[in-house]
Amino acid sequence: MTTLTIAAQDSTTMIGRELKHTLRFPLLLIGSILGPVVFLLLFVYILGGPIGNGLGAAARGAPYVDFLVPGIVMMTVAAGSGTTAITVCTDMTTGIIDRFRTMAVSRGAVLTGHVGGTVLRTLITTTVITGVALLVGFRPQASVAGWFAVVGIVAAFAFALAWLSVALGLGAKSVAGANSASLPIQFLLPFLSSAFVPAGSMPAGVRWFAAHQPFTPVVESLRALLTGAPLGNTAYLALAWSAAIALAGYLWARAGFRRGTR
Amino acid sequence: MNASTKHETRTAVSANGLRKAYGEKVVLDGVDLSIGEGEVFALLGPNGAGKTTTVKVLSTLIPADAGTASVLGHDLRGEAGAVRAAIGVTGQFSAVDNWLTGEENLLLMGRLLHLPAAERRARTARLLERFDLIEAAKRTPATYSGGMTRRLDIAMTLMGRPRLIFLDEPTAGLDPRSRHTTWQLIRDLVAQGVTILLTTQYLEEADQLADRIAVLDRGRIVAEGTPEDLKRRIPGAHIRLRFADATSLDAAARSLPEGTRDDQELALRVPNEGGIASLRDVLARLGDGVAVDDLSIHTPDLDDVFFALTGQPSKEQTQ
Repeated sequence: MTTLTIAAQDSTTMIGRELKHTLRFPLLLIGSILGPVVFLLLFVYILGGPIGNGLGAAARGAPYVDFLVPGIVMMTVAAGSGTTAITVCTDMTTGIIDRFRTMAVSRGAVLTGHVGGTVLRTLITTTVITGVALLVGFRPQASVAGWFAVVGIVAAFAFALAWLSVALGLGAKSVAGANSASLPIQFLLPFLSSAFVPAGSMPAGVRWFAAHQPFTPVVESLRALLTGAPLGNTAYLALAWSAAIALAGYLWARAGFRRGTR
Repeated sequence: MNASTKHETRTAVSANGLRKAYGEKVVLDGVDLSIGEGEVFALLGPNGAGKTTTVKVLSTLIPADAGTASVLGHDLRGEAGAVRAAIGVTGQFSAVDNWLTGEENLLLMGRLLHLPAAERRARTARLLERFDLIEAAKRTPATYSGGMTRRLDIAMTLMGRPRLIFLDEPTAGLDPRSRHTTWQLIRDLVAQGVTILLTTQYLEEADQLADRIAVLDRGRIVAEGTPEDLKRRIPGAHIRLRFADATSLDAAARSLPEGTRDDQELALRVPNEGGIASLRDVLARLGDGVAVDDLSIHTPDLDDVFFALTGQPSKEQTQ
């Protein structure tokens, strides 16, 4: 066997380990579904009326739920980062990681396992969220190719945030700290993007930030694909941001992993 | 059958001048070790002496700042992968996956060792049986006792049939019964010819298990030898006899001339190698005529070892 096939085999083993964890503790999934569902219901049934009326041209005449759901899907992707940071930190604070390090296991396999597990978990949670969204009146207009593109962008963004959360989990001193470190990803960045309202409706400083931060092209491209609106260059921007975050997260995680045990 | 005599010709671990410091704090201050294949070698020392750091360096977890070492013929720096393939490590803190069942933990090891599926399952079944974990196989370690978790931990270490096993304080935190079970497990491994490097804070444990003991103090090895060698250097073991009056003490001191008198306490301190035979010998020589008020047996512990070898009590290590 070559080094590469061993690395692939070890990574697959570690992804399997993450999936077993998820099956044993569905809370790892439910935790990242519950929050977005609450926001979905809150915005559709309570806050959505006046927001929808104020959207005007941005909604292109569609109901607010169609504007909102791509944002909720993106928020679901982000919600997974908390779970990832926590599970990575748990691994690092127990002896299991030292066991892996003293075995002839390919070095990064435990991290790629977490990343792969995160992406698979995210595909499950976003599917569930989309189902709930359909129940509350979401009517997507996407073509088959559009749906594939949606899955692709969700997976790419999940992959990027997974590496970032792995790095956060490696850097955190405690499980609680790992969770707090991921809160900006879970809540701050989605709210300061065009997930809930168009960036153009925000105050000047926030508007600039919202227009230039990675979550905005992700949500805009998902929205364009799901509502059948013109895509523009948002999908490329979303993928470019995902690649950049993934690379930065990977390098940061690698440095954190090399620093060794606590 | 003594495995050590058969294999001692080859070297399992050889370390020269290992040093490790964290900032200002020197943890290893030039450690030299030579462990023969099939040998059980104990690193004895209090907390902070450098035992765990030595294990971490030799098991490729952390690099040493200076010094060289080879493990099973492989250089620690250049051939870490080959070292890892031949060793098994059971660390001080349980290295089990708490979210997987006992069985899944073992199967995971099998996968990471790239064993074929049939072999994985066969070895898992054998280890579960051997470590008395069949009942617990389908449960997660969260429901295990400390002793069970430790057994699973060691079983996971054995999944790869390592030739050298590091056991870092294998009985720390275990109750006496689990401790004895663990000792028996270690003896069984020895019988199969596995080389073992274990660390412990207990002289008794090192004495029970090890062929050779190295005493570690502030990152240096201050003494090394067989348990008998070391115990001879420690004057702590004795039987203390206390008497009702000076007449009895006089009589006893005549029967046991090797004893040391304590006239104020009316006590006699008789050196004792330990064991029932030597106690019986002392009592027989004392005879029935002398009335003994009180008898107590003192065995040397880590404190005695450190006092004897370094002139300082072991407690000061942590400062």
